[in-house]
Amino acid sequence: MTTTVIDPADQRAPALGRLGWALADGWTIAVRDLQHWRRQPGQLAVGLLFPVLMVVMFGYVLGGGMAIPGGGDYLDFLMPGMFALTMVFGLEATMTAVTTDASRGVTDRFRSLPMARSGVVLGRAVADMLGSVLGLAVMLLCGLAVGWRAHGTLAEALAAVALLLWLRFAFLWLGIFIGLATRDPGVIMAVQILVWPFAFLSNAFVPTSTMPGWLGAVAEVNPMAATVAATRDLFGNPGAQADGWLAEHALLVAVVSPAVMTLVFAALAVRRWQRLER
Amino acid sequence: MAAPPTPPRAAPVGPTARDQTARDQTAGGGAEAAVLVRGLRKTFGGRTVLDGVDLAAPPGTVLALLGPNGAGKTTTVRIVSTLLRPDGGEVRVAGHDVVREPDAVRRRIGLVGQHAAVDEVLGARQNLVMFGRLHHLGKAEARRRADAMLERFGLTEAADRPVQTFSGGMRRRLDLAAGLLVSPDVLLLDEPTTGLDPQGRLDVWAAVRGLAGQGVTVVLTTQHLEEADRLADQVCVLDGGRVVASGTPDELKAAIGGDRIDVVVAEDRRGEAARVVAAATGTPVQQPEDRPGLVTAPVADRMAALTAVVRALDDAGLAVVDVGLRRPTLDEAYLRITGRPAEAAQQTEVAA
Ligand SMILES: Nc1ncnc2c1ncn2[C@@H]1O[C@H](COP(=O)(O)OP(=O)(O)OP(=O)(O)O)[C@@H](O)[C@H]1O
Ligand SMILES: [Mg+2]
Repeated sequence: MTTTVIDPADQRAPALGRLGWALADGWTIAVRDLQHWRRQPGQLAVGLLFPVLMVVMFGYVLGGGMAIPGGGDYLDFLMPGMFALTMVFGLEATMTAVTTDASRGVTDRFRSLPMARSGVVLGRAVADMLGSVLGLAVMLLCGLAVGWRAHGTLAEALAAVALLLWLRFAFLWLGIFIGLATRDPGVIMAVQILVWPFAFLSNAFVPTSTMPGWLGAVAEVNPMAATVAATRDLFGNPGAQADGWLAEHALLVAVVSPAVMTLVFAALAVRRWQRLER
Repeated sequence: MAAPPTPPRAAPVGPTARDQTARDQTAGGGAEAAVLVRGLRKTFGGRTVLDGVDLAAPPGTVLALLGPNGAGKTTTVRIVSTLLRPDGGEVRVAGHDVVREPDAVRRRIGLVGQHAAVDEVLGARQNLVMFGRLHHLGKAEARRRADAMLERFGLTEAADRPVQTFSGGMRRRLDLAAGLLVSPDVLLLDEPTTGLDPQGRLDVWAAVRGLAGQGVTVVLTTQHLEEADRLADQVCVLDGGRVVASGTPDELKAAIGGDRIDVVVAEDRRGEAARVVAAATGTPVQQPEDRPGLVTAPVADRMAALTAVVRALDDAGLAVVDVGLRRPTLDEAYLRITGRPAEAAQQTEVAA
C-alpha cells in the first residue's frame, strides 16, 4: 500500500479538444484490435484466407460449368462478386466484437471511464475498416494470381475499391446495431448463417438473368448486387451488361444504398447505445 | 410455557442514512459526503427495483451495501457509477451530480463490477495500459502505472499472458488494478471477493483498508456479513430495493443478536433439546425444518452460554451429537432485521 493519492486531474496528458480526444480514444481502441491480430495470427489468417477458399471452390470446382451471357471468363466474372462478399463477411467480425465487449462488461468499463463516448464506436470503425482493407488486398492479390485482371483505368479501379469499402462501411453499422441489440449467441449465429442465402441471392456467383424472373428481381434489389455490378463495370469485367432500371443505374445505387443503410443503422445503433443507460 | 418473545422489529438501528446526510450537510466547513444518495428510485419495465434508497459515505470511509440476491446492490452501484440513469432521487459523487455531470463523476471514480470487465485476448499489461490511455494518461505514465499496479497485485509474472488463461482470482485482481489505476476519490466495488480464495479475500480486504486509510471513499457490496463487519464503517442492509437497516457493524450485530449456538441431537429428541436450550440461553430457539436434529439459538455471552447449554443438556440426559458457536448467517440477520424469515427457511420458534 505505497501508492499515494494524487488528484486525478494532475495525472492527465495535456488537454486536447473534444474532437481531439474522440480521435485519440478511438485510436486507443483500434490499437487494441491490432493487438488482437498479433495475439491471434491464426484467427486472422483464417479470416483472410476463407474468401480465397471460396474463390477456389466457385472458380475451379463449380466454375467449369458456368457460362456468362455475353461471353467472358467465369473467374473474371466471379472476382468482383467475391470482393463484395468479403466486405459483407466483415459483418460477422463487427457483430461478434460488439457483443463480446457488451457481454464481458468491457463496454461498461469504457462507459465508466472519462473517455469520449464516440471513441468506442470510432475505434470499432477504424479497426474493422482496416481489417477489411487488409482482406480486400488479399483478395485482389488472389484475383491477380488466378488470372483476374482490371481492364479499366487506375482511377476506375480505385473507384471500384472505394465502392467495395463503402459497402463494408454500411455493414459496419448493421453489425454494431445487431451487436448492441442482442447478447443472444443464437441470434448472432442466425445472422452468420443468413449471410449465405443473402450472398447467393445476388449477382455475385451467377448472372441474375439466369435465375427465374421473380428470383432475379429479388437478387437485383440486394444492396450487394449494385456494388457487384458497378465494380464489374469499373474493373471492365464481363457480366456487367445490364437490363432493368436498377442494373442500369448500378453505380448510383452502389453509392446511395450503402448511404441509406449507414444512416438507418447508425441512428438505430446510437439509440441502442443510449438505451444501455436505462 | 410463556409466550414467545417477539423478535425486534424493523426499526433502523443506529443513525439512519438520512440522519447521516443531514449531519454531513450541517457539519461545519460544509464537507459533503463523498457519495450521497437520496430517495433513489429505479424501475425496469414497470418493476420497481430501487424504492427510495438513502445512503451517505463521508470522505475516507467504507460503506458496505449488504443484501441478498436481487436486493438492488448492483443496480445502485451502476447508477452511482453513471452506467444507469436513476428514475428518481439524487445521486452525488464527490459533489458532482451523476446525471448532470457524468464526466466529472467518471474522472473521480474507480469501478470494479460484479464480473471481471477486461479484454480476454490481451495481456494484463496491455489491458491496463489501454485503460490508462482511456483515462487520458500520457503514454509513459500509463505504462508506469500499469507496471506499478501489476506489481502491487502480484501479476507481474503473468503480465503478458492472455487474460483468457487467468484463474478467476487473477482476473479479479486485474479488475481491481484497473479500478485503481488513477487513484480514484471514490472506489465502487461490486462483490469484490466473490470467487476468491481465502488468501485472495484477505488481500482485497487489506487493499480496501489501505485505500480508506489514504482517504479514498469505498462503497462495496457484499452478501457476507463477515465482510461488512471487517471492512465497513457503515453498513446498509438492502432488501427489496429499500434500506431496511443501517448503522455501524456493531450496532447491526447488536440488533441481529450476536453469536449463535448450534446443538445437534438425535432427531426424535429435538423437541426436548429445544426446550432445554431455550431455558439455558433464555432466548428463542429455532428448529430449521431442513436440518433434522438441529437446534439453534442466539446468545449474548458466548462462553457462558456454551457452558450453560452443555451442562443443561447433560443434566437432562440428552446425548449431544455436535455443539458449536458461530456468527449469525445472513438469513438469520434478515429474520432479525426485517422481522420475517428469508423465504426459503421455514422455521419454528419455541419459547423458553
Ligand atoms: N437491466 C435490467 N432489466 C430488468 N431487470 C433488471 C435489470 N437489472 C437488474 N434487474 C432486476 O433488478 C433486481 C435487482 O438486481 P441487482 O442486480 O441490482 O441485484 P443485486 O443485489 O446486485 O443481486 P446479486 O446479489 O444477485 O448480484 C433483480 O430482481 C434483477 O432481476
Ligand atoms: Mg449484484
